[in-house]
Amino acid sequence: MQTIQDKIGHFPRQLEDESIYILREVAAQFERPALLFSGGKDSITLVRLAQKAFFPGKIPFPLVHIDTGHNFPETIEFRDWLAKETGAELIVRYVQDSINQGKATEESGKYASRNVLQTVTLLDTIEEFKFDACIGGARRDEEKARAKERIFSVRDDFGQWDAKRQRPELFDMLNGRIAVGENVRVFPISNWTELDVWNYIKEEKMEIPSIYYSHQRQVIERDGMLWADSEYLNKEADEIPFEATVRFRTVGDMTCTAAVASDATDIDVIIEEILSAEISERGARIDDKRSEAAMEKRKQQGYF
Amino acid sequence: MDILRIATAGSVDDGKSTLIGRLLYETNSITKDKIEALESASKRKGLDFLDLSLLTDGLIAEREQGITIDVANIYFSTPTRKYIIADTPGHVEYTRNMVTGASNAKVSLILVDARQGVVEQTARHLSIAAMLRIPKVIICVNKMDLVQYQESTFNAIKDSLAELVAQTTFEGQEISFLPISSLYGQNITQKASEMPWFKGNTLLGELEAFEYASTLAHAPARFPVQFVVRPMTEAYHDFRGYAGKISSGTFKVGDAIRVLPTGQESTIATIEKFETKLDQAIAGDSVTITLTTDVDISRGNTLVLASEDNAPALKDFSAQVCWLDHTALSPGKTYLLQHGINTTKAKISQITERLDVATQTSTQGVDTLKLNEIGTIALRTAQPISADQYAANPANGAFILIDEFSNSTVGVGFVK
Repeated sequence: MQTIQDKIGHFPRQLEDESIYILREVAAQFERPALLFSGGKDSITLVRLAQKAFFPGKIPFPLVHIDTGHNFPETIEFRDWLAKETGAELIVRYVQDSINQGKATEESGKYASRNVLQTVTLLDTIEEFKFDACIGGARRDEEKARAKERIFSVRDDFGQWDAKRQRPELFDMLNGRIAVGENVRVFPISNWTELDVWNYIKEEKMEIPSIYYSHQRQVIERDGMLWADSEYLNKEADEIPFEATVRFRTVGDMTCTAAVASDATDIDVIIEEILSAEISERGARIDDKRSEAAMEKRKQQGYF
Repeated sequence: MDILRIATAGSVDDGKSTLIGRLLYETNSITKDKIEALESASKRKGLDFLDLSLLTDGLIAEREQGITIDVANIYFSTPTRKYIIADTPGHVEYTRNMVTGASNAKVSLILVDARQGVVEQTARHLSIAAMLRIPKVIICVNKMDLVQYQESTFNAIKDSLAELVAQTTFEGQEISFLPISSLYGQNITQKASEMPWFKGNTLLGELEAFEYASTLAHAPARFPVQFVVRPMTEAYHDFRGYAGKISSGTFKVGDAIRVLPTGQESTIATIEKFETKLDQAIAGDSVTITLTTDVDISRGNTLVLASEDNAPALKDFSAQVCWLDHTALSPGKTYLLQHGINTTKAKISQITERLDVATQTSTQGVDTLKLNEIGTIALRTAQPISADQYAANPANGAFILIDEFSNSTVGVGFVK
């Protein structure tokens, strides 16, 4: 029988070398970097890479989580475990606080989510801690506007991204010089694909939150996809929850991440499923479907 | 498995994006939802075929104008290799992006429209591939379907490029010609049914067969220190490791090394990659090196082999530059020069010549270099840099120039 490795090959280790190089540049070029941690597989991969980059020293920057309050409980549990396991400092800030302070307003309607609201809390957190570099797990293969993002992406003091003002990045030279008030978003796994991430998790035998694997859950069907039932989801009268065997391919908020029907209980089966999947990873993210240029517009406004 | 980076270049309408779309499509690298999005977008544009270029033109302005403005990175894999394509705009005013996109590439794909033959852009792209020392160039004669797949048309284009190729190429560079049709998938991943006269490989076949890794491992050994690891914990109380990514060559445990620019010498005690101890590491490896003796090493120092005769130390030198900024280069101005991870001030004393890459002619006595222009400059740095000649060791011979006030990357240079 053909194994997974026959089909997709071994993880290209050059990617790991390049990402470690980027993380070391961040630690050396900036005074107050932070790693933005969402609890998803991409930011878990970043934590693993940071562990390796500075070994046997500790990760020299904090993990920062912007908690929307709509996270899966399994993600929060995993976050706390990982911080303890790696000895990294964990900073959590809450979207609910931004709402209470009147800085952000809850969305209404069927598709209401706190995804866009996160930006407000993130920018406040950057200001509170004077972070000059924020490391994130975005990948260029996720979405078209992301394909043009730099590894060091300079943002103005409103966190805004300007496609026309991007610095050219030549060879592996990273220019992190910024003016006071500006900050840089850093994307060390820019060149990884979804499959690369899964292949790495497999080869490194990494722990990931349990919801990536098949489990029983109350869901509703909407737009041909399965959504986790929760108190945060605004359901319509005909959207009646039922139990299904599902897993999550991407983990964001409960309100904007769809599940896929799946019996995959180990990582080989997950990789098989991705190989034969008919929709892309972000196809399960309703936040991108708002318009063809949804991501580019959110990034211009300071989104991660 | 390894990674092969490819740069694509072409003129406005010679079908570069369609070629990439075709490669993704035929290697099953696009999913059904993306194809569906493509179908509806193609229909909105009033097209009756799948416009694969809509896959790669990601920015709103690009879709509106139907052109590629910025460098886009596109990924696909086969079981043997991961491919990263830097898709760069072909317009003359985007030479900057072409140089940027091609800077990491080991293969340059140059497209020629079979109906139009060689144009000025073709020459520009060949010159840039040579300037960057890209080891392989594949010239794809595209839109063969529109010239009835005639062998004579293909051969005529090949002949008309012979002189230019001879003029720009360097020793060790591989150049091949392929007749293709991106629209109909002829000779992309499958042999061209319409061109039985062509006996060469398909495009994917050429890419799969290309080998490049060993040259880098055999180049002079260079290890720039990025970060000094000092845990100062109980378990690692005296640990002092030098973390970095090997630029070129090979380092082994027991090798005698020299520190640049200080000249101190020591011996490699361990080469570590996380919890693994290695016997040796080669170009591209991110490792942590420990030494047998205490020497004063900080970020920006470079380790080389002590046996190295011509350890580089440049302060006054000349370089070829491509200017990347809207504000022109002006002699006499001070810039920041970043070589690898190391930054120092640099003063440009003179522009010795400006090169027209399309015609391969140069002009002396120029006083500025504007955006997208290429020239030779003389410069002097505040601190010596440990750079090699770019042609001799590309991995350690390039630098960028940064404007001290805007912090922008304004130029890229290649040590002569």
